[in-house]
Amino acid sequence: MGASDFSNLPHIGESVRRKEDYRFLTGAGQYTDDIDLPNMTHAYFVRSPHAHAKVLSVDTAAALKSPGVIEVFTGRDVQGDKINGLPCGWLITSTDGQPMKEPAHPILALDRVRYVGDHVAMVVAETLEQARAAAELVEVHYEELPSVVDVAQVSAKGAHLPVLHPEAPDNLCYHWAIGDKGQVDEAFKHAHHVTKLDLINNRLVPNAMEPRAAIGSYNRASDEYTLYVSNQNPHVERLLMTAFVMGLPEHKVRVIAPDVGGGFGSKIYLYAEDVCLTWASKKLNRNIKWNCERGEAFLSDAHGRDHASHAEMALDKDGHFLALRVHTNANLGAYLSTFATAVPTILYATLLAGQYKTPQIYVEVDAWFTNTAPVDAYRGAGRPEATYLLERLVSRAAWEMGMGQDEIRTKNFIQQFPYQTPVALQYDVGDFHACMSQAQQKADVSGYAKRKADSQARGMLRGVGYSSYIEACGIAPSNIAGALGARAGLFECGEVRVHPTGSVTVFTGSHSHGQGHETTFAQVVAARLGLSVDQVDVVHGDTGRVPFGMGTYGSRSISVGGAAIMRAIDKIETKAKKIAAHLLEASDVDIEFKNGEFTVKGTDKKVTFGQVALTAYVPHNYPLDKLEPGLNETAFYDPTNFTFPAGTYICEVEIDPQTGVTRVDRFTAVDDFGTIINPMIVEGQIHGGLVQGIGQALLENCVYDPQTGQLLTGSFMDYTMPRADDFPHFEIGHVCTPCTHNPLGTKGCGEAGAIGSPPAVINAVLDALAPLGVKDLDMPATPHRVWAAIQKASHA
Amino acid sequence: MQQLKMNVNQKEVTLNVEPNTLLVQALRESLHLTGTHVGCDTAQCGACTVLMDGRSIKSCNVLALQAAGSHITTIEGLAQKDGTLHPMQAAFKECHGLQCGFCTPGMVMSAVDLCSRHPNADEAQIREQLEGNLCRCTGYQNIVKAVQMGAANMK
Repeated sequence: MGASDFSNLPHIGESVRRKEDYRFLTGAGQYTDDIDLPNMTHAYFVRSPHAHAKVLSVDTAAALKSPGVIEVFTGRDVQGDKINGLPCGWLITSTDGQPMKEPAHPILALDRVRYVGDHVAMVVAETLEQARAAAELVEVHYEELPSVVDVAQVSAKGAHLPVLHPEAPDNLCYHWAIGDKGQVDEAFKHAHHVTKLDLINNRLVPNAMEPRAAIGSYNRASDEYTLYVSNQNPHVERLLMTAFVMGLPEHKVRVIAPDVGGGFGSKIYLYAEDVCLTWASKKLNRNIKWNCERGEAFLSDAHGRDHASHAEMALDKDGHFLALRVHTNANLGAYLSTFATAVPTILYATLLAGQYKTPQIYVEVDAWFTNTAPVDAYRGAGRPEATYLLERLVSRAAWEMGMGQDEIRTKNFIQQFPYQTPVALQYDVGDFHACMSQAQQKADVSGYAKRKADSQARGMLRGVGYSSYIEACGIAPSNIAGALGARAGLFECGEVRVHPTGSVTVFTGSHSHGQGHETTFAQVVAARLGLSVDQVDVVHGDTGRVPFGMGTYGSRSISVGGAAIMRAIDKIETKAKKIAAHLLEASDVDIEFKNGEFTVKGTDKKVTFGQVALTAYVPHNYPLDKLEPGLNETAFYDPTNFTFPAGTYICEVEIDPQTGVTRVDRFTAVDDFGTIINPMIVEGQIHGGLVQGIGQALLENCVYDPQTGQLLTGSFMDYTMPRADDFPHFEIGHVCTPCTHNPLGTKGCGEAGAIGSPPAVINAVLDALAPLGVKDLDMPATPHRVWAAIQKASHA
Repeated sequence: MQQLKMNVNQKEVTLNVEPNTLLVQALRESLHLTGTHVGCDTAQCGACTVLMDGRSIKSCNVLALQAAGSHITTIEGLAQKDGTLHPMQAAFKECHGLQCGFCTPGMVMSAVDLCSRHPNADEAQIREQLEGNLCRCTGYQNIVKAVQMGAANMK
């Protein structure tokens, strides 16, 4: 079935209310911490208070004598049991052909700690209070070492800097590049104008509302482990843990990710705690629960972003882009998290063409180790960093050349598809002009002058900012990703199990942690099979029930996971037609299937899907000589290309020049996600993404003290989380150019809001401040920063 | 251990708790009412919000013994016995005011209190009144819409 037939089916494009909501609204959701197993014990981790130190000794004697304590595990115990460190899932090769530096990432520190929050010991006790109290009694002797936390500082190199890992004597993990440097340099020689920009993409803490949590469980009778864990991809978690870390046979380990309270990337990864609990559950023959405190989450969840970049755009006299040159320093933190290395390379540099036909692009990336928590993919993962850089640069170029922010964009938009960018990607389809014009209409651009005058009359500054983003979702295909260094496949699985009475259970390797798969995927199946959405249940998040799947990240679920389900339904339909043909005494090539009914072409003979399902399982009148009974099919889908959601966002801010307080007054987002299955859910994804992106632009900032390496923003008291009254009502619009290479025509919508919005906000802030002479500002544009920029400009 | 008597979701309960047991611990661990969540350790996120004598409180910030003699309503006690959702729960479903569901119980309990105090709250007031509840998924827009609908249907 093609994308256009699919989009015309019933339920597709319908805002079906979510099937999962009842349990969440009545307190019946079951998150990991809600699971209570018999013989449960509780774990608490002893963490490094230092950014960088030698571990001279770990004395557990006092802790072991503490009431209720069962065991205290240290790095020596891990070493003794030959448990490996955590693996990195993406190998990046430096420009000199050398593989990236890949130092050990121990689950409990041996002789060195490398960031505040690094894992030193695990205390297991009968109660959480007992474990926490005993953790205070674990005596660790440290010899403090100098630390480096800032990417600008570490990239300046120098003999005075501490070295984190002997494998990387200058703290450099890799030096990587893409594009043709010679051609780019040549193009710059012929430029009429060059726009230059230095910018920082601020470090963020993901902060899913459910902190990470895990329960390790071991069954002596079957020699099987079960790990309950708040995670986005349980099969990947199991594969990494069994094959790379613990050396266990995969079939003896079951990973269950039950209801998961948000992920945003931070729950993709295999973490030290997950391995410790699984390992220790067998050693103690007890179930062990660990529930991350918010303070621990700030210290030890993988953080996001943290780039410092220099960018230059060469333009001709009419404002056409000739070439783009970028250098980025990326902070990877103290160790390589699961997909850390792919973020500032494959997921970032390849997006720097944006929506524009820039003929030549060259990008260099240096990735550094620092004494901070590991940095990995966070909502958008590389694409927000690319979009922020490019869209800031484009607006600045417009201002420098006396052009409008819209004019410079439309002048350079790609219009012919497919389009091969100079940085590896091939966009299959899009309509960037349509997004721009709809966004301008919805944003009431024509009324802007009056609004600006109104603001001025009240002593306020008003500015407008544009951002035209493109992103790549559903990383694929597996063989190309493999050639680029991926150490995993990137397909998805789907199993469609038709029950004898005609209801259906779908098993998907995708995982929902808020995205509403239980509803959207049910709509897909109901639409195809002519069922009601209530007749379809979706099962996910359990390696014991679902075939091997890759999970949810990179806005891949519907385009890859949904496509796998479509393939499985194709198989169901093919077999069901044969059964129907038998019942109708016709040839299966003459059978048509529509709205849940099988008919014989040109006749009024028909049989329902329910009758066919029953016949498949009660095969009394059945072609048993030619066809197996049952109606249960599995498919795996490996995409042939990325999908490319794109859109234009327009932000209007009002700034009080006396206080620097910036208020987002209007925000318009027009996106092209291809086919939309449930508009209500898609718009919810946009709202959430916008708040995270605007949060990055105005509020959120993860700060380590440059001298001590201490995390200064370690709680919700210090790290500004976006709240309801920080935002206006968002205007949302859609353009639809269906993806050309998956059967649904979908592109993915989970990250767009967080990708497109930060530059729109900062461009608006700079537009507002331009009359005061402010030309540059880094995120987050807090009142203090804005006020200071105004003061500095007025004294310049 | 001290004895604690209170009324939870229309039922009289008697528990033995430590003096430092938090109300949220008593609800989750002793009464197994796991719909009330813990999302932070600084009383910022509001995921643990319940009603105490009709007013919303953060149950991570109240000792269990402080609830002695009070009437507590948790998310489990909001719907009718036959499972029919409270108008605020129904509005959250209708308006897609939840995604991962983790902040939802606290958000709904706050919203119920908000609407009983400000039955005619406008959008700006609702946004301000929800300051004590963090949501990382929805971007708040549909929560605001849900509170407006819930308020209208509670009248």
